[in-house]
Amino acid sequence: MLDLDVGKYAAFIWPAYAITALAFVVLIAGALNHSRRWKKRAEELSSK
Amino acid sequence: MIPAPAFLSNPERFMAFSRWAAPLFGAIAVVLALTGLWLGWSAPPDYQQGATVRIMFIHVPAAIMASVVYVFLAVASFLALVFRHVLADAAAEAAAPLGAGLTLLALITGSLWGRPMWGTWWVWDARLTSVLVLFLFYVAYIALRASLDDEAKAARASAILALVGAVNLPIVHWSVTWWNSLHQGSSMFTPGALAPVYAKPLYLMMLAYLSAFGSLWLVRIRGEVWRRRAEAAAVRAARA
Repeated sequence: MLDLDVGKYAAFIWPAYAITALAFVVLIAGALNHSRRWKKRAEELSSK
Repeated sequence: MIPAPAFLSNPERFMAFSRWAAPLFGAIAVVLALTGLWLGWSAPPDYQQGATVRIMFIHVPAAIMASVVYVFLAVASFLALVFRHVLADAAAEAAAPLGAGLTLLALITGSLWGRPMWGTWWVWDARLTSVLVLFLFYVAYIALRASLDDEAKAARASAILALVGAVNLPIVHWSVTWWNSLHQGSSMFTPGALAPVYAKPLYLMMLAYLSAFGSLWLVRIRGEVWRRRAEAAAVRAARA
């Protein structure tokens, strides 16, 4: 059973999880944007 | 020349392989992370750490991946520098931002655990300091690549820097053994050091981070292959 009660440590635990989630969002978005941007550019240039 | 699997040495085959492997690794990472988090948040609070033990499930995998990614970066740099593997330089360049992100994550989540447990956000302890140095090597690698316009020179200089930085890896690993460190010793790979109720979610989260990195690394290498194709096409267009 999930135990989400972190008591007096909430000020440390929830920010740690929030920052981890944010970090993964940034890493995923960064990787996908990088790949899509250059794929589009390569296709534009090779079609000329 | 070291023989490499075809999908690692041939960009066309790599693109075909990574097209299905990247989303597969991503899906595996999501399943492993959800299972690991469910088990981790179902475990009882630790008798010493209390609920802060929950931070271990996200901090320890990030800290281990910080070093693992650097090993990949150093090996890829070595292959690019010495054997001039086609994809090795792209793999090294793609690994650096992911490694930097995971190392920064390890430092921040470690600090958020250290404040309630050690009574301080930061201490110039051997483990913490060597991980900070690791982060700085990642940043230096990224900055060096970005600062040189000549692709070949950037690849060579950054590969040498990556190999120099690899000296720091054994220091990171054995810092808790070689010096009297505030940071706890290695427990993840020591049999019996962790209660199964914490070990299972920790191992699952470790595999989730590894799989997530694998997915993102492949996506980034694909981006590098596209970038190099775009730049080659731009040069051809300029000469025409």
